[in-house]
Formats: sequence, C-alpha cells, structure tokens
Amino acid sequence: MKPAPFDYVAPTSVEEACKVLAEAGGGATVLAGGQTLMPLLNLRMSQPFVLVDINKIPELSGISRSENGIRIGAATRQCDALSNALLAAELPVLVEALRHVGHHQTRNRGTVGGSITLGEPAAEQPACAVALGASIEIASVRGRRSVAATEFYVGPFMTVLEPDELVTGITFPHWPSGHITLFRELAQRPGDFALVGMVGALALEGGSITRAGLGWFGMGGTPIRARAAEAALLGQALDSVNADAIAELALSECAPFDDHHASAEYRRTVGRRLFAKALREALTVREAA
Amino acid sequence: MSEHRVNLTINGRRHAATVEARMSLGDYLRDEAGYTGVHLGCEHGVCGACTVIVDDRAVRSCLILAVQADGAEVTTAEGLADSDGTLHPVQQVMREEHALQCGFCTPGIVMTLAALTGGQDKADEATLMNSLSGHICRCTGYQGIRRAARRLAAEPGT
Ligand SMILES: Cc1cc2nc3c(=O)[nH]c(=O)nc-3n(C[C@@H](O)[C@H](O)[C@H](O)COP(=O)(O)OP(=O)(O)OC[C@H]3O[C@@H](n4cnc5c(N)ncnc54)[C@H](O)[C@@H]3O)c2cc1C
Ligand code: FES
Ligand code: FES
Repeated sequence: MKPAPFDYVAPTSVEEACKVLAEAGGGATVLAGGQTLMPLLNLRMSQPFVLVDINKIPELSGISRSENGIRIGAATRQCDALSNALLAAELPVLVEALRHVGHHQTRNRGTVGGSITLGEPAAEQPACAVALGASIEIASVRGRRSVAATEFYVGPFMTVLEPDELVTGITFPHWPSGHITLFRELAQRPGDFALVGMVGALALEGGSITRAGLGWFGMGGTPIRARAAEAALLGQALDSVNADAIAELALSECAPFDDHHASAEYRRTVGRRLFAKALREALTVREAA
Repeated sequence: MSEHRVNLTINGRRHAATVEARMSLGDYLRDEAGYTGVHLGCEHGVCGACTVIVDDRAVRSCLILAVQADGAEVTTAEGLADSDGTLHPVQQVMREEHALQCGFCTPGIVMTLAALTGGQDKADEATLMNSLSGHICRCTGYQGIRRAARRLAAEPGT
C-alpha cells in the first residue's frame, strides 16, 4: 500500500457529498475515475484526510439533451461518452477528442468531469469545453452555480473551484447540425498527453461562417480560447479563408512554455502548422462535399 | 483511517474481506487474495501490467481501491484457462505468436484482449490494436503481440 492513510466515504447523493466536503474544511478530496488521483495518492503528492467517492451518485452520470444544450454528468465515464449516440450526432468533435484521452483501459474508468475539473493544460476535454463555449455546473452546501469554462481555468491544474465544491456536470451549447469540426493534436505516443493541440467548431449559413469556437491545449497554463481567430473567421466564405493568417492570429493568443517534453519555440512552430493544417483540411473537405 | 467490509467475486469464487481504505484492488488481489497473476509495475496507470477485468471492462487494478470493488465481478489471468488446463483463446494465440518473453506485461495484455474479444460484440481490429497503447512491453518489440491481436480480430470463435 503506497498512499498515506485516509478515510473513505461513498455518498449516494449530491447533497450528502457536499455536506462531507463542507464538514471536512478542505481536508477532503473527491474521487471520480481515480486515473489521476490514484497516482497522486500513490506518490503521496496528495494526502487527504477523507476521500469522497462520487461513483455511487446516480445523478452524476449520464448524457442528456435540453434546449440549453447537451449536458454530460460529471461522473460519466469517458468510455460511455465515447460510445454515446447523442454526442456522436451532435458534438462529434468531443468524441474525436475523447479518443485521444489516455488509453482504452483508463477511459473505462476515467470520467469526463474528472478531466474537466483537473485542469491539466494539455488535456483535450477542458479545451473542448473552452472552445465550444461550455459551462460547468458546481454544487456545494452554499448552493449551486454555473461558471463559463473560459472563466473556470486560472492556471495549470488551478480552477475557480472552492475546496467544498463539487462539479456536477458540463453543459455544451447546441451547435447546428452539419457544423464543421476541427481537432488535431501532436503527442509523443498514442495515449500520451499532447505536446500541442487544437480543437474547434464552425457553423455555416449560405456558405459563410456565422459562428466559430476555437481553442488550444498544451499551449499555455490553461486551455486557451482563440478569440481573435474566431472573430476573423466570422462572415467569411469558406473559399476565402486564409488558414495561415488565422493560425497566426490564434498563435498570438498563446503563451506556450518550455518543459522536458518540448520547448516553447517548438510548440509555437508546430502549433502554427497544426492549426493551419486542421483548418485548411476541414474547409477543403467541406467545400468538396 | 477507515476499514471496510468488501464482498466480491474473483474468477467465479466469492471472497469477503476487511480492507483498509487505502488498499488498491491490485494489492488486494495479489497480497490478500493470492492472485499473483496480477502484476504491479508502475502503480500509476502507465504500464498496464496490473490490468484486470472488473464487471466486463479492462481496467487498471492499481488505480481502483479494493473498497470500490465491493459487489464487483473481477477476472484475473488465473480465471481464463479451463480447469483442465485448456488455454483461453487469447492465451493460445499469444503463445502461438510468441507474444511474450519475460511475461511481466503479459497478464495485463491478455486481460485487455480477453475483455475486448469475450463479449457479445467483439471489438474490431482497429480497436484491438489501439487498446495495446495501454500496455508497455520491455521485451518483445510488440510485433508478436500485434500479430496475436490481429488474429483475434480476424478469427471467428476466438
Ligand atoms: C496512462 C495515463 C494516460 C493519460 N492520458 C491522458 C490524456 O492523454 N489526456 C487527458 O486528458 N487525460 C489523460 N489521463 C488522465 C485521465 O485518464 C483522467 O481520467 C482524468 O485526468 C481525471 O479524471 P478521473 O475521473 O480519473 O478523475 P480523478 O483522478 O478521480 O480526479 C482528478 C482530480 O479532479 C478532482 N475531481 C474529479 N471529479 C470531480 C468533481 N466532480 N468535482 C470536484 N472535483 C473533482 C479530484 O479530486 C482530483 O483532484 C491519463 C491518465 C493515465 C493514467
Ligand atoms: S501497475 Fe497499474 S498500470 Fe502499471
Ligand atoms: S514480455 Fe517482458 S515485458 Fe513484455
């Protein structure tokens, strides 16, 4: 046994879980899929007094559609989201992104909400949430609130979540049927965290772009929304888009850093090309269709 | 530090135990229940050697707590072959294709492939090949393992 000792509770409702979190006064940690937390416990980088296992709370899993958008319960397993027909039909980019989250075996356990909450800057799902305009639902004994994904992340592994708060779900706004999806990442091996990646969606009307959601991962301390690039695309006809110029704009909004996997300069160089290529290919495929 | 009563089924046999909250399922299977076919390598989810089947899905036993497996049905490498020694199709194909050398990574790989080929809807070749990314093998160079996975996808009845 590697972790430091802790207590374990498995509440069956959100209210009960929030109560435990509040009473622990910061000494409790939520256990979702455990695919990040268990390694941290084994390395003793995390030493909570009590683990609050949310896997037995029915309200936290499942994917549903409402007029506000598509809601994914926080404890929905990545493998279940990956094979979900609603997501495949309405948010295919999310499914594409999920294919790159870890491995078959970690997706069998890891949750969508765990990845969203962790805020790893190179992770795919937080970038999807930021790029596509999702909002994150949060509960605590103090009540419920909802935070835009763009406001949720404040730094590497840092979010606005308070120690007594629980993420209950993520709601993605609707994107019109037939929207263009973009996804591309570069990782050292399949299943590794990306060195650089981009994700996005474009909605069209009469051949020109009416709505754009674009984001980066691995290109700074948080997932980044490429707002200048989005603005530049609006109103443009597909065949008039200059992908290199848009990629350059998107790059101007990043602040990649050096780490032992790659330098900031490498990330910028690869990021620029990867972004332009993803955009160019998506537009060409659509024009040809 | 809390202790918990757990009841689970391992390879068809019922087990009951009291476990410390911090005990992983991998540690429980190996050290308490005696299923030493569960190999613990990295204990942080990277190597895949500890992979077992929990309720029909291949998962890392180093990343689940034993207490979380309460009520679950667990299969380890020991649970695959018939009692007369006849190998499970995955084991047989891995053997024929020389998919192992030292054997440290093998139980994990066998469990992943067994989970993906054992059910009603057998996974296709792409899924099987992709699932191998979750396993590190230091010996074989992977080609034998890939051949075995390809055969499992192609051959009916395996
Ligand atoms: C080998 C390997 C490769 C991986 N590769 C990738 C990859 O390429 N891309 C990627 O994105 N991820 C990757 N991951 C991590 C991914 O598998 C995890 O699933 C994910 O990061 C965390 O989700 P989880 O459900 O496992 O959360 P946990 O590990 O259970 O929790 C993670 C953190 O979030 C907190 N938390 C979780 N859920 C909630 C909630 N609802 N409310 C409040 N707090 C919460 C926990 O307290 C903890 O601090 C990898 C993991 C492994 C082991
Ligand atoms: S020991 Fe579990 S993945 Fe390495
Ligand atoms: S056979 Fe030795 S690690 Fe794979």
